[in-house]
Amino acid sequence: MTTAAETSSDRSVLPITERYRLLGWLRRNLFSDAFNSILTLVALVFLFFVARNLLRWAFATAEWGVIPANFNLIMRGQYPATEAWRLWLVIYLLGAVVGVTWRLISGQFSGVARLLLTIPFFLMLIPFFSMGTRLNLFITAVASAAGYYIEGYLPIQRRGRAAVYFILAYLVIMLLLLRGVGAEDGPMPPVSPILWGGLLLSLLLAFFGITLSFPLGVALALGRQSQLPAIRVMSVIYIEFIRGVPLISLLFMGQVMLQLFLPDGFPLVDRVLRALVAITLFSAAYTAENVRGGLQSIPRGQYEAAQALGLSAYQSTINIILPQALRAVIPVLVGQFISLFKDTTLVALVGIFDLLGIARTILANPDWLGTHQEVYAIIAVLFWIFSYSMSYASRRLERRLGVGVR
Amino acid sequence: MSENETEGEIIICQDVCKWFGDFQALKDCSLRVKAQEVVVIIGPSGSGKSTFIRCINRLEEHQTGEIVVDGIPLTRDVRNIEQIRSETGMVFQQFNLFPHLTVLENITLAPIQVRKMKKEEAQDTAMSLLNRVGIPEQADKHPGQLSGGQQQRVAIARSLAMSPKIMLFDEPTSALDPEMIKEVLDVMQELAESGMTMLVVTHEMGFAREVADRIVFMDAGEIVEVGTPEHFFTNAQHDRTKLFLSQIL
Repeated sequence: MTTAAETSSDRSVLPITERYRLLGWLRRNLFSDAFNSILTLVALVFLFFVARNLLRWAFATAEWGVIPANFNLIMRGQYPATEAWRLWLVIYLLGAVVGVTWRLISGQFSGVARLLLTIPFFLMLIPFFSMGTRLNLFITAVASAAGYYIEGYLPIQRRGRAAVYFILAYLVIMLLLLRGVGAEDGPMPPVSPILWGGLLLSLLLAFFGITLSFPLGVALALGRQSQLPAIRVMSVIYIEFIRGVPLISLLFMGQVMLQLFLPDGFPLVDRVLRALVAITLFSAAYTAENVRGGLQSIPRGQYEAAQALGLSAYQSTINIILPQALRAVIPVLVGQFISLFKDTTLVALVGIFDLLGIARTILANPDWLGTHQEVYAIIAVLFWIFSYSMSYASRRLERRLGVGVR
Repeated sequence: MSENETEGEIIICQDVCKWFGDFQALKDCSLRVKAQEVVVIIGPSGSGKSTFIRCINRLEEHQTGEIVVDGIPLTRDVRNIEQIRSETGMVFQQFNLFPHLTVLENITLAPIQVRKMKKEEAQDTAMSLLNRVGIPEQADKHPGQLSGGQQQRVAIARSLAMSPKIMLFDEPTSALDPEMIKEVLDVMQELAESGMTMLVVTHEMGFAREVADRIVFMDAGEIVEVGTPEHFFTNAQHDRTKLFLSQIL
């Protein structure tokens, strides 16, 4: 009987749940016994009501008009509309840099690369975008494709170095474009960072917060393990002081208390930069502790083998210890960086108009009273998209570097 | 320096003492090793064998006494320490290969970084060393993909890549499965026959008897007896030596 049932020619004799893979899966995972069946049904009913109410709200109640009407504000804050072309240029160049480094980053042309290069086309489908916006997105896509094409012509050995140059050049050009150069009435008048806002500012704060705090954090972690007491003590004091205070207090300190400590007339950098410094210093202390965890996971034998070969302390740190320590803590560091990205919303409390700050201004406008749900929902979606991208990228990085595989 | 070379003694240890806290791990250990000599150190566990050879390249710091390696006195001076280390290869019980680098990168790292050798040259040397230890086909793998015996042979090749004058072996076969011990011992024997100065801490009595020029017996931090293998296995003088040999043979 059983042997007959096991042969594929007798499929029709099997119970219906064994004939179809999906039904089999349902039976094993959702209806394996009476209690689980009841749980499944209760959950289904609950999900049904949640989904129904959510969809009813999203498609009938919600007044989405607030988003297109304030879209520019959400994206770039009070960055002057006449200078918006500079932001588009920044985006074109970003597309080009992604294209020109992609083969190097992904290893080879993969599905992800194709997906990334089609993002501008998906964005073009957003209904309320003007033709101008769509055209700009199209140019971005063309720029990525061109970058990708150019990379194909670079010799493979030179791609790594070329990518570093491209990225550094991009960062310089980006800051020049955003900040502006020359006279007030020139072709690229300066735009004070105070006017930068919305998604633009949130991403900039997160990006520079991460890239600046990382090397500082690694240095502090190494300092904490240093043989030199002065460096060790200073690192410990710094780390423990910063970890002992909330980020918001550092932000307030940077905004309102810094003046008290400095001599009269001392030139203060602008508020956005001060917020960035506070975020960087805060994040560096946490990075340091995470990296220290990685350093402590390196067996003593690795240090000894490096010493026995005659490597100096510096050479063994750079070649042996840090590569292993950082690889081990990639998941933790990415988690920390995602949380840093979300923590940048705290700058809204010190009067800087990042995504959350912009949301609060929109809601303060009498025209858009009572649209909290819509605005905050969109802000949440934007944060989710970028946070999820970071965590996805980190998982791919882990797989490429073989984290956990020795 | 010239004085030592005329005597042909490449390692000189004089009254070396080492304490871990209150515990004295080495008590007035003196030993002179000639160039091209193979010296095997045996003794019960905890007798200070490993500590002794680890003092020779400063993985442990001795507190009193004098160590001179190839005419360079081992002092606190970092330049002396680094010079001695780059002339002294060491093979560990746990291999201590660098897991994030391939076999080839493990071997070429120190020649490139310390000796400032060109990458291509270092790779050629590494490949000929891998041929010598019998595993050229593993060059592009990571250490984690190799068996214990293969890893230990890579570790030997990694040390040899620095063209050391002296090789220290700290229980190189103790972490290996029995069937892999021979492949490592074969490589070590070939190395000894090629004229390398070797200091070997081991429990492999067959290797000691066959390859060693001299055997050192240590117990409780002291060098109890030094002699040729023949002397050792047929005519040991001290009771402690006899007791140890009776327990293991």
